[in-house]
Amino acid sequence: MEKLLSKLSAKSVKAVSVIAKIPQKIEYHYNIFQEFFIDVSTFSIFIGRFLKEMIKPPYELNELMRQSYLVGYKSLPLVGITGFIMGLVLTVQSRPTLAEFGAESWLPAMISVSIVREIGPVITAVICAGKVGSGIGAELASMKVTEQIDAMEVSGINPFKYIIVTRVLATTIMLPVLTVFNDVISMLGSFVGVNIKGDVSMHLYFSQALSEMDFTDVFPSLVKTIFFGLVIGLIACYKGYYSNKGTEGVGQAANSSVVLASLMIFIIDVIAVQITSLFIN
Amino acid sequence: MEAKKVDVGKKNDSVLEIQHLQKSFGSNQVLKDISISINKSENLVVLGKSGSGKSVLIKCLVGLIDPDEGEIIVLGQNITDLNTEELNTIRKKIGFLFQSGALYDSMTVKENLLFPLRDSKKISKEEKNKLVDEALKNVGLEDTKEKMPSELSGGMRKRLGLARTLILKPEIMLYDEPTTGLDPITSKEISELILDVQKKYNTSSIIITHDMACAKITANRMIVLKDGVIAAEGTYEELEKSKDKWVRSFFE
Repeated sequence: MEKLLSKLSAKSVKAVSVIAKIPQKIEYHYNIFQEFFIDVSTFSIFIGRFLKEMIKPPYELNELMRQSYLVGYKSLPLVGITGFIMGLVLTVQSRPTLAEFGAESWLPAMISVSIVREIGPVITAVICAGKVGSGIGAELASMKVTEQIDAMEVSGINPFKYIIVTRVLATTIMLPVLTVFNDVISMLGSFVGVNIKGDVSMHLYFSQALSEMDFTDVFPSLVKTIFFGLVIGLIACYKGYYSNKGTEGVGQAANSSVVLASLMIFIIDVIAVQITSLFIN
Repeated sequence: MEAKKVDVGKKNDSVLEIQHLQKSFGSNQVLKDISISINKSENLVVLGKSGSGKSVLIKCLVGLIDPDEGEIIVLGQNITDLNTEELNTIRKKIGFLFQSGALYDSMTVKENLLFPLRDSKKISKEEKNKLVDEALKNVGLEDTKEKMPSELSGGMRKRLGLARTLILKPEIMLYDEPTTGLDPITSKEISELILDVQKKYNTSSIIITHDMACAKITANRMIVLKDGVIAAEGTYEELEKSKDKWVRSFFE
């Protein structure tokens, strides 16, 4: 009997301790939700401010050019190498499957459509999220830590216009340009891939590759790269501009810029595919 | 040679007035009730322990932090009532030397100095270059024009930060711990530079510092902050002999 009582009391103590922890857990989850909604509302205000400051003169054209150079020109080697490898690998991997059906002659057209519609824009955007997004996030966070943003503000210059608007516009403008570059280099890679086990002239390759491609392949994919660029710039700038944990925040801003921007690229891609399929079969 | 202090303006010749300033961060009330007035050409040193709200106080003066209560009258205008454009106009008359210098890493020394002048359309390119040369000469950094901030020492960065704020010829200077992290010799040079700025440009200044040597050189008047209020006020010599042991402990 005593044993049973001691067992029961032990169980009741455990039950009480579990019940006592419930409010703490609720509070913990409540805080997470609260932080999430605060973050979403702050980001919405940030986007609103970006749109307002973008329209309002004076325009920071010199800084926009500088940022476009940094985002675009400096990313060309990485985008080019990745594009070439993607085109080459995709061609080498797809050849055996097409060969089984005796459809090897479809290789240039199939690869080029895949690259232009999907692989080119997404690969370019993910590379830029990694290279440019992390760079912007870390740069802005360190500017915040070293009070450079405050220094701009106290000298009567609008730091939002100078730092944020120019960087977001640069990523938005340069991503379609980088995607076109990546598409062309990928097709060159594919041309090399076709010629590993064949003998196709460049003229024949490109005339076959472009024969199956039309406006409905190119236009929607370029439009979505504009949104990819916008989202990379906005997220990286937001994470950097609002970082607040000193030097630790610099790493966090870079990391969360890449993670969030990459995730958003795939979400936008899904939405873009759905919208495109409404208008194009 | 000991630097000679400047005679300060008359009373009621106030350029900056803070009235009943209050600021809290969550439940932590950093500034409880601060009222200060600064006369023309006066150097006011603000002392206090770390976390006593000294930096918050000067950041409120340029609108980097919004106060909860109180008025801040800078050159006759209450900055708490101003819109962004009006505030930016006032900001151009106030120089702010940050603790770290806050130099723009991606720009050369010359570009750093030209940056505050970028909206000044009335000043020609040649005049801007002259102002850069003059500002660099004032802080003894004539040979660093094409260097990047990362190539400069701590003291040089502080001097350059000062040159950048002085290029707009401010009427009021705010120094946030100007000698922190510097060796005693460089600290003395910076302190003397602060005094030179006061003499040359007739500026009124608030100097936040822990460095008593800097305070001794630069202060016309001093206040000590404790628990969000002004615990003591007076000249360096008066506070050194204060009856309050806590105030005296700063001078030991």
